Amino acid sequence: MTSLPTHTDKSLGLVIDLDICVGCHACVVNCKEWNTGGYGAPLSDQNPYGADPVGSWLNRIHTFEVEATDGSGCSSSEAQILSNGKDARVVHFPKSCLHCDDAPCVTVCPTGASYKRSEDGIVLVNEDWCIGCGLCAWSCPYGAREMDAAEGVMKKCTLCVDRIYNENIPEEDREPACVRTCPANARHFGDFSDPNSDVSVMVAERGGMDLMPEQGTKPVNKYLPPRPKSRPVQSAPSDLVALAEPEAKGFLGWLDSALEKMG
Amino acid sequence: MHPASSIIVFTTLSGMGFGLIAMLGLGAAPSDGTAGLVACALAFILTGIGLASSTFHLGHPERAWRALTQWRSSWLSREGVLAVVTLGLFAIYAALWVFAADRVAIVGILLTLLSLVTVYATAMIYGSLKTVPRWRTGLTPLCYLLFAGAGGALLAATVSSLMGSGAQSSLYAALILMVIAWAAKFVWWSRADRTTLASIGSSPETATGLGSIGKVRLLEAPHSSPNYLMKEMVYRVGRKHVQKLRLLAVVLGGAVPVLALLVAAVSGGGAGLLVIAVLSHLIGMMAERWLFFAEAEHAVSLYYGHR
Repeated sequence: MTSLPTHTDKSLGLVIDLDICVGCHACVVNCKEWNTGGYGAPLSDQNPYGADPVGSWLNRIHTFEVEATDGSGCSSSEAQILSNGKDARVVHFPKSCLHCDDAPCVTVCPTGASYKRSEDGIVLVNEDWCIGCGLCAWSCPYGAREMDAAEGVMKKCTLCVDRIYNENIPEEDREPACVRTCPANARHFGDFSDPNSDVSVMVAERGGMDLMPEQGTKPVNKYLPPRPKSRPVQSAPSDLVALAEPEAKGFLGWLDSALEKMG
Repeated sequence: MHPASSIIVFTTLSGMGFGLIAMLGLGAAPSDGTAGLVACALAFILTGIGLASSTFHLGHPERAWRALTQWRSSWLSREGVLAVVTLGLFAIYAALWVFAADRVAIVGILLTLLSLVTVYATAMIYGSLKTVPRWRTGLTPLCYLLFAGAGGALLAATVSSLMGSGAQSSLYAALILMVIAWAAKFVWWSRADRTTLASIGSSPETATGLGSIGKVRLLEAPHSSPNYLMKEMVYRVGRKHVQKLRLLAVVLGGAVPVLALLVAAVSGGGAGLLVIAVLSHLIGMMAERWLFFAEAEHAVSLYYGHR
């Protein structure tokens, strides 16, 4: 049924901290590793060792350069810090399905294969029903869906639905593979419908944001913006070499100061 | 967007086919059984090839029947249901026409309405996508409908002319619809050229949420070779030929058929000329549809250094 649920009991999703992500791609690799053997068909690669490898992945990291522009929505102090010398900063940007509340990928599906669960809000594809028409990928502004060339069905992030409720794995592993593996702790999993959950508190404290809110998709996943960039002290000591030299004591110390005085 | 040939064939041929059914429903073409056979066979062939072609790009064509189930929310599903219903009713209408030379007027009117709603649903598959700003306008279904009507009337006039009678009303309908359709297409193009992702407020800054810091530029792509998203939605090949292709579309799809129709209307014959007009119109429509897809920019391109 491709009509969206009017209400979901839980609203499970991710918080991704753009201040912390170091762009190591560990979440990308662990996502592929888990999901190629988990829910649904394997995530195939075509020509993986050839000149033009291509494959389906559910999580990708883009790296953006942000050039600070004067007064473009920055607070004055922030703008001053960031735009000093027109410096640019690099932001690593992990992107996977945002499990939108108003998911266009669900309503455009002609078969009922694409659906949003009323119990936890996860958007899934029933791969036994999917005809591989690709319209859901066209309707998604985020590029969260990729057609599997070997299987002919649409693949997308399942929020590791086969981990988070899985009682056969240790409790600490019952979170999405990308969250579990992140060495920098830039990814967090939780229930946004609970205002006291860790993810809800993080979003409230750090100003968590929606991607492309103008598209009207009401994404569940939130991104935490990078904190204002800190800069080294402006009046750095001019003679850095001297600082690095070991302090001379005793006879060598006397010799050192005596020679200094001689000029 | 990637202009898949299967989708171009689907939208052009099924558009012309349902346009022809709409015209036949209004009483176009001679009412004898032979003319009915030719006209109805043509309509079935065009819609049949079009709909079959639409299943060619599917990952699982054998499950295509499932696409008839979600008509409550999906325009693609509605299009499928409407096409099946229209063709089913048309089969009855055609059988009565061919074998009993009886054209049931009320069924004809119903077929005209159903055909037009089917074409509307086809257009809304694209016209309802927020991710492609240039498609998302009421002008998109308007153009699809007018082109279907113009193509259908041209076909009806050609069939009538080949059968040697009663082509005049179809000729005039084709002429008028052809001119209005291309006028609408010019308005569509003019709007499309102004309607970008930026004009609806989407940019790399909103796509990443980093606009509050400054201007966002892709530094490093997430993968080293193009993936499904880039092949399907960040398609840019051939955009440099846009103006030439638009000219080709207008000349072959509009000017040549209009001239042929005028000559046929004045001379009262010219069946051969009309056949050429049909082929020319079809090629022109394929160019128009190729541009419809190839020129369209999709929101996901914002993540891939689109500017």
